Amino acid sequence: MTETVTQGAVATPRPFLVKRNKRVLPGFTLSLGISLLFVSMVLLLPLSGLVVEASGMSWQQFWFVISDPRVVASYKVTALAALAASLFNALFGLLLAWVLVRYEFPGKRLVDAMVDLPFALPTAVAGITLATLFAETGWYGQWLSKLGLEVAFTPVGIVVAMAFTSIPFVVRTVQPVLEELSPEDEEAAMSLGASDGRIFRKVIFPALWPALVTGAALSFTRSLGEFGAVIFIAGNMPYVSEVTSLMIYVRLQEFDYAAASAIASVVLLTSLVLLFAINLWQARFLRRLEGR
Amino acid sequence: MSIQIDQVNKFYGQFQALHDVSLTIPEGQITALLGPSGSGKTTLLRIIAGLESAERGRILFGGEDISQLHVRDRNVGFVFQHYALFRHLTVAQNIAFGLESLPKKQRPPKPEIRATVARLLEMIQLPHLANRYPAQLSGGQKQRVALARALATKPRILLLDEPFGALDARVRKDLRRWLRNLHDEFHFTSVFVTHDQEEALELSDQVVVVSHGRVEQVNAPTELYARPESRFVFDFLGQVNEFSGQLKEGRLVQGDAWVRLPESPSGSEAQLYLRPHEVRLTSEPSEQAHFPFCIEAVSLIGSEVRVELKAQGWQSEDVWEVGISHAEFNRRQPRRGDRCYAVPDIAHLFAEGQDQPRTISWGDSA
Repeated sequence: MTETVTQGAVATPRPFLVKRNKRVLPGFTLSLGISLLFVSMVLLLPLSGLVVEASGMSWQQFWFVISDPRVVASYKVTALAALAASLFNALFGLLLAWVLVRYEFPGKRLVDAMVDLPFALPTAVAGITLATLFAETGWYGQWLSKLGLEVAFTPVGIVVAMAFTSIPFVVRTVQPVLEELSPEDEEAAMSLGASDGRIFRKVIFPALWPALVTGAALSFTRSLGEFGAVIFIAGNMPYVSEVTSLMIYVRLQEFDYAAASAIASVVLLTSLVLLFAINLWQARFLRRLEGR
Repeated sequence: MSIQIDQVNKFYGQFQALHDVSLTIPEGQITALLGPSGSGKTTLLRIIAGLESAERGRILFGGEDISQLHVRDRNVGFVFQHYALFRHLTVAQNIAFGLESLPKKQRPPKPEIRATVARLLEMIQLPHLANRYPAQLSGGQKQRVALARALATKPRILLLDEPFGALDARVRKDLRRWLRNLHDEFHFTSVFVTHDQEEALELSDQVVVVSHGRVEQVNAPTELYARPESRFVFDFLGQVNEFSGQLKEGRLVQGDAWVRLPESPSGSEAQLYLRPHEVRLTSEPSEQAHFPFCIEAVSLIGSEVRVELKAQGWQSEDVWEVGISHAEFNRRQPRRGDRCYAVPDIAHLFAEGQDQPRTISWGDSA
């Protein structure tokens, strides 16, 4: 938006060294100022605190902390579980969004509201509930154990907790895009003889794809840092079912703030790089649709 | 392929969108469905396409009942008002979509699809834009791509829903002419929906006037204009001047205005409809009619000079419009505020309680 405004201002010829035309939209300076202040207080300050804390260490110490075998094992567990959770959410979230947008059924509003529940629920509550349900004596666990499936206190439990807490990301990013899809596109495809499957693959899915990837990526990064819901169901066995955020917590318990910050910065960097890459990719995709 | 519509009814909940519509659309011609918005014309088009289903009635293509056939099996080309191009596909990919959707056995090999797309791009005069995305095209270009996409699978029937509705006047005119030529070349059966009477009369071989879910009149454009069969068609097609009054001693009277009728109709009231070109302007009243007016506006743009008249000493719902030639304008130099009289040559009389007009003519008697 600012770009177009500036272009409009430049387009009018102006003499040398005269103050450039004012922007058309009022309040730019004020609103940008407040936004930047807020962003720096809420986001940048803690982030730089992290860097400052970790910078007390030498590179060697830093490397030693973050490459500790137990920590590395936790990276693997966390990343794999988050990957599995976000893939599951991509599928199930798409289905949920599809059902909520495409069909009318009694209780639709209720289901729609329930989607946000994982965000509203304290993650610890979610963790305890899930652990209770999936424990060997729990409602779900007793049936699953008969099938030979153990969920609670295994890496699978981590996936369940991560998927539960981050599903709204996928539903809420895909839903508006689905709602905006024009029925005419589908009708046009139908009149051209396309089968339902082909319409989904060639017309609907390409339009949803960027939103779905964004939703899944948000779900993934959220899962990387999930703590409350996970620790109650994970079992927390070293090298098997310890997540990275638990490792940070353990270091904090030992009052080793520098090490905690070092591990945290690894998680942070991964999330940032991922989100940034997704944003770049999506901008490129949108440019094509908008014809720039 | 001809299209027959047989007793079609369509409901949206309690609202009946189409009442017993029966219609035959002849093969190889352009038919316009003309009506105001909400008249059911788009619904009818969508039922022909199979995008909506009718509660009762049948649709036949070339004598074959296809009412139960799904859109994708009807092989009709459909063009939407807002183009409905696939935004993430290039122009060429959009045009190829229909061919690539064919079942494997009927699908032409890739090189053949490419050749067809190239030919269609040539036809719509946009071969240089093959690899652009729809967002990079203008409205007129988008609509041409949409047409090419619809024609790629060689449908026998082409349906267009307000195809020029979203375009500006100039592009609309170009595209209309272009479509007409295309049609003369390929001879598919086309049906298009429009609320623009000029477009309907100019582009079509047959006009179907639709109002409130009913077919009002089906006729060739010239016939339709010359002989409207109902008040609705009269009001809807072109400008018309209206005079309503009481019947007294062979005259139709209202206030200071009156007109002598050659033959007296039944009833005590009647309405007279007059087209702008069927009325002359004089400075003195004549034997047969007395319509005093004050000139309110004179518009010189166009092939005729349009004069707007305000009734003097009687009531008219709208201002009257009369068209005079530029030659007559130069001779008489009518000006705003001048007083004048209108004299009808031909008029259409609706007697009390009748929906069919009777055309009356004063001939050379004046």
